Amino acid sequence: MVKVSSWGRLDSQEHQLVALGDRSQVIRQIVRQEAAVGPGLAQGNARSYGDVCLNPGGRLWRTTGMDRFIAFDAASGRLRCEAGTLLRDIQRMSLPQGWLLPVTPGTQMVTVGGAIANDVHGKNHHVLGSFGDHVLGLRLARTDGSIIDCGPQREPAWFAATVGGMGLTGVIVEAELQLRRVHGPWLVTDTVPYRNLDEFFHLADSSEAGWEQTVSWIDCLSGIGRGLFFRANLANIPDLSAQSGRKPKRVPFVPPVSLVNGLSLRPFNETYFQLNRLKAGRAIAHFEQYTYPLDNLHDWNRVYGPRGFYQYQSVVPRAGGQGAIHAMLEAIKASGQGSFLAVLKTFGARDSVGMMSFPRPGVTLALDFPNRGATTARLFERLDAIVREHGGRIYAAKDARMPRDLFESGYPRLAEFLQYRDPGISSSMSRRLIGS
Amino acid sequence: MQDTQQRIVIIGATSSIAEHCARLWVSGRTVALTLVGRDAARTERVAADLRVRSPGSSVQVRAADLLDPRAIRALADAIVLEGMPTQVLIAHGSLPDQQACQASLDSAAEALQVNAMSPVLFAEAFAGHMEASGGTITIIGSVAGDRGRRSNYVYGAAKGLVTRYAQGLQHRLAGSGSRLRVVLVKPGPTATPMTAHLPQRGLAPVEDVARQIVDGSAAGKATVYAPGKWAVIMMVIRHLPAVVFNKMNI
Repeated sequence: MVKVSSWGRLDSQEHQLVALGDRSQVIRQIVRQEAAVGPGLAQGNARSYGDVCLNPGGRLWRTTGMDRFIAFDAASGRLRCEAGTLLRDIQRMSLPQGWLLPVTPGTQMVTVGGAIANDVHGKNHHVLGSFGDHVLGLRLARTDGSIIDCGPQREPAWFAATVGGMGLTGVIVEAELQLRRVHGPWLVTDTVPYRNLDEFFHLADSSEAGWEQTVSWIDCLSGIGRGLFFRANLANIPDLSAQSGRKPKRVPFVPPVSLVNGLSLRPFNETYFQLNRLKAGRAIAHFEQYTYPLDNLHDWNRVYGPRGFYQYQSVVPRAGGQGAIHAMLEAIKASGQGSFLAVLKTFGARDSVGMMSFPRPGVTLALDFPNRGATTARLFERLDAIVREHGGRIYAAKDARMPRDLFESGYPRLAEFLQYRDPGISSSMSRRLIGS
Repeated sequence: MQDTQQRIVIIGATSSIAEHCARLWVSGRTVALTLVGRDAARTERVAADLRVRSPGSSVQVRAADLLDPRAIRALADAIVLEGMPTQVLIAHGSLPDQQACQASLDSAAEALQVNAMSPVLFAEAFAGHMEASGGTITIIGSVAGDRGRRSNYVYGAAKGLVTRYAQGLQHRLAGSGSRLRVVLVKPGPTATPMTAHLPQRGLAPVEDVARQIVDGSAAGKATVYAPGKWAVIMMVIRHLPAVVFNKMNI
């Protein structure tokens, strides 16, 4: 047994680790010969924050060693690869040939299998949707020994259940992805400070047509919703050789208390806001530095100290959305909790591929919170009430504690999804929110 | 960068360390690569991956019996016939269960053949060809070969044999004016499928170990500990007096 924790480092519990390495052996490794064997769970690079990737006391099938490319057609941009392949490795391979992934989250250090199972999104949701929109097909291995090849056309119900399916429909062994043509790694970026939520929504709406990537940093302590709006487009600069050239640093140890606290946060946010206000305007940036800034700070999750941290990410519909965000910011300000990492963004008006996908039309707020036990739990209950009232949902990939009723109301296709579950697979999250 | 002069041969190409070395060798340049493995299908999957990473490189697969001396000779001859290698990496091996080796001489014999006899015969076969042409032969040993320990002394004995062999070959080449370098790599515990069931704390990432192997091979270092801290740790362990050492449970 080996102790394993997820990105939030809330706890560290014993798991029986099984490395998947050879894709032809996956069925043999996961098949459940007798019911007495407890359920297992596939885990990629363990970058989800809460318990969606944990199965304490049971088996954990690590996919990170199953990270081979299978075929890439540089004419069409279609890539087949094993499920443990990191998005970083895909882009380092494909960029010199003029291709990048259409959709990536704020870190490249996630596996293809994890990106599908959580149907991750990026800053360009209003143009390109979520990760699942660019999956042409995938191979699912089930613990009864069967293999299901599915995609948007082939076995579409299995595909819709598996995209965003939290790993519960089977083990994703390989996938075929559609990459997108690029001239190079450069982005034209624009930074616009905003003073309140009215300005944010105006910027978000007026940027949708002309800007492919939109996101904003919000000062969670300001209460009024001031922040910085970041928008970007791929630059038309032909250059397929450029490396980002920045050397990664590492947080060398876990500090005894969270470095993000009431004392540090206010001056930090003030400085960040004022510095960027001075630098506002257009610039050229390398996509790796712009899109994945924290990938250059290894083990950054250690800064929250030994008790770890939560991320709370919700989405609420646009109707009433501004009021909901305002109410959440008020609650956070009143609690004096929160962190530097606070993101406010609108999603485009489009449906997701997966039955259980998180993105939906509306506005999403994501914040990290150092774990302060009951104090943090009380704040989350207030935020839950706002999300519930506005018909929103919480992102499973970030969650370690949402109440079951909010999961059920937030994901109306749950009953349909459950028909596709693999009974030999279970996670800490599924036991908490689904009961098995 | 076009570098068609680089002809790289990897024995045991499906090993995780070898596969990551191959990824580094094809990264950003084109080479001619021959992958040798016991299992043709698995080796072919590694080759397909490398072809995607480096579309300009040529990647060949040869499935072979890695234990039979005649097969080893024939394989080395056949590979050399296609072009003299500039870099050979001998990376195969398997971590045996010490208890099984104590219980069964068959298990012990197999562990010694796979981890000692076979790599040495491969090195000897390629050294004969490459002594005149020069290049690098990199052999993967282990820190376990530095001192016998109760927890894995059959494996340690095999890797110890590899260490003595590499020393001897280095001595032979140093006296002959050959431009052939022999690099002995001693990885510490590394995070690979072979060690996935163990606590991962303290295991070196396989990418880092591969980086040190590739860099150490390019520099022609006689011995590479990967990570480097093992050079110090093993120096201490080698020099502990037996009265102290025998009381340690390592």
